[in-house]
Amino acid sequence: MKVLVPIKRVVDFNVKVRVKADGTGVDTANVKMSMNPFDEIAVEEAVRMKEKGTATEIVVVSCGVAACQETLRTALAIGADRAILVESDGDLQPLAVAKLLQALVAKESPQLVILGKQAIDDDANQVGQMLAALLDWPQATFASKVDIADGQATVKREIDGGLETMLLPLPAVITTDLRLNEPRYATLPNIMKAKKKPLEVVKPDALGVDVTPRLKTLKVVEPAKRKGGGKVADVKELVAKLRNEAKVIA
Amino acid sequence: MSVLVIAEHDHHALKSSTLHTITAASRLGDDVHVLVAGANAGNAAQAAAQVAGVAKVLHADAPYLESQTAENVAAQALSVIAGGGYTHVLAPASGFGKNALPRIAAKLDVAQISDITGIESPDTFVRPIYAGNAFATVQSIDPVKVLTVRGTAFDVAGSGGSAPVATVTPAPDAGKSKVIGQELTQSARPELTGARVVISGGRGLGSGENFKLLEALADKLNAAIGASRAAVDAGYVPNDYQVGQTGKIVAPDLYIAVGISGAIQHLAGMKDSKVIVAINKDAEAPIFQIADYGLVGDLFELIPQFTAELG
Repeated sequence: MKVLVPIKRVVDFNVKVRVKADGTGVDTANVKMSMNPFDEIAVEEAVRMKEKGTATEIVVVSCGVAACQETLRTALAIGADRAILVESDGDLQPLAVAKLLQALVAKESPQLVILGKQAIDDDANQVGQMLAALLDWPQATFASKVDIADGQATVKREIDGGLETMLLPLPAVITTDLRLNEPRYATLPNIMKAKKKPLEVVKPDALGVDVTPRLKTLKVVEPAKRKGGGKVADVKELVAKLRNEAKVIA
Repeated sequence: MSVLVIAEHDHHALKSSTLHTITAASRLGDDVHVLVAGANAGNAAQAAAQVAGVAKVLHADAPYLESQTAENVAAQALSVIAGGGYTHVLAPASGFGKNALPRIAAKLDVAQISDITGIESPDTFVRPIYAGNAFATVQSIDPVKVLTVRGTAFDVAGSGGSAPVATVTPAPDAGKSKVIGQELTQSARPELTGARVVISGGRGLGSGENFKLLEALADKLNAAIGASRAAVDAGYVPNDYQVGQTGKIVAPDLYIAVGISGAIQHLAGMKDSKVIVAINKDAEAPIFQIADYGLVGDLFELIPQFTAELG
């Protein structure tokens, strides 16, 4: 089974983002960039499938600027076989990314597409579901356990009240949640090996996809600051304040 | 302008997330339709008809709508949207809405705007990005706006409506995926995202067993119980307890954080609560910076005192 793993390059999850003074966005200049953590979990899951013998080839894809090649190399070092960069300097929104991936699926014919449930920059949580719809494939979002056997995926997924188990015929799209696995660190020999693995660069035009943005960001602001820092001396004072000052308990 | 809300329900009643979404829909137009797609979901459809601000309920019923797969919910919504003349399609930004709505947007070839917290105009919306560390105002050029709605940002719609319920033909079963089991966390407590009071425990609790301390307090306050990611990762409580960027977003009247240091990830899920209480032995914990009432001390002494003080 061939597995396609789309990954996104995002501001590292440890970075405290700052809104630009002119309100046009957040400052990403000279900020550490990394693979979206949920996508890293997807890469790890695909590599484990290959180690178990259920996956035969892992193709990682990223859509974005030339620097995404670094992110793709990281995925190759974790264990992916080859990489494709759909290079574009413009703003690629979720629907456009889903269409680019749809075009790549047509070329590559994977049996499974596995990707993060959301990217930690725009928090959109859309691409996997949109891709599944465009392909008319079944989907299992927010996966916390995946088993592949006999042309089917059994996926345990996180829902609001607990867990749900789904059975999906392949091909299918799966999006990963936090607790699916713990991604490994790439070892130095594997990082060296990754430099020699194939990495193809294509342009959106070559895939016949119109990536014109549909949404325009008018402004970006910081959230309203919360006035915290109040302290109480003991439980008696706390309960009195909650009753008489905040009036949130009877 | 006609607005379609895709209802989240359990086939008997509407989930509160739907009521928040109807409030957002009412701000976009007077002609609010609610789609209730389910199995033997007549009661849920009747409940939708009684919500204030709803002009019409569309009820689709079929056995295969029982498990609410994204494929079937999306197919049903698309069949209603076709020729419906809707300018906006809304669903709650809950597990249900996040799962199904992007399929609808993709099939309509329009963008989706996720997790809106504000409506500036019929084509311009506010939404959090970077885990709520920034808020973007976004304008859509698409003919149909597809939106998921953050429940905590919009009040619950009231009752007193008397909308007609129209039966619509169920879309054929997509038949691709099936739900073969569910493990739901059993709890007699209020739902985490709808509770008026939430008590969350962190790694400071030290074990799942010690969450019993919080339960005794929660009983007094009729509170829901949540947890930080650290507590969930440590296996103290199930995954669906997690409050935070990747868990549930809550904004109760009263949020009590116990033994939680206050990682950005956690704050993203609760910092819009009306009143925040933090109880932690580390006076330097970041949670105190956003708490209205901080109490420094040993939670194992303070929580039983708190419970006793409430009588």
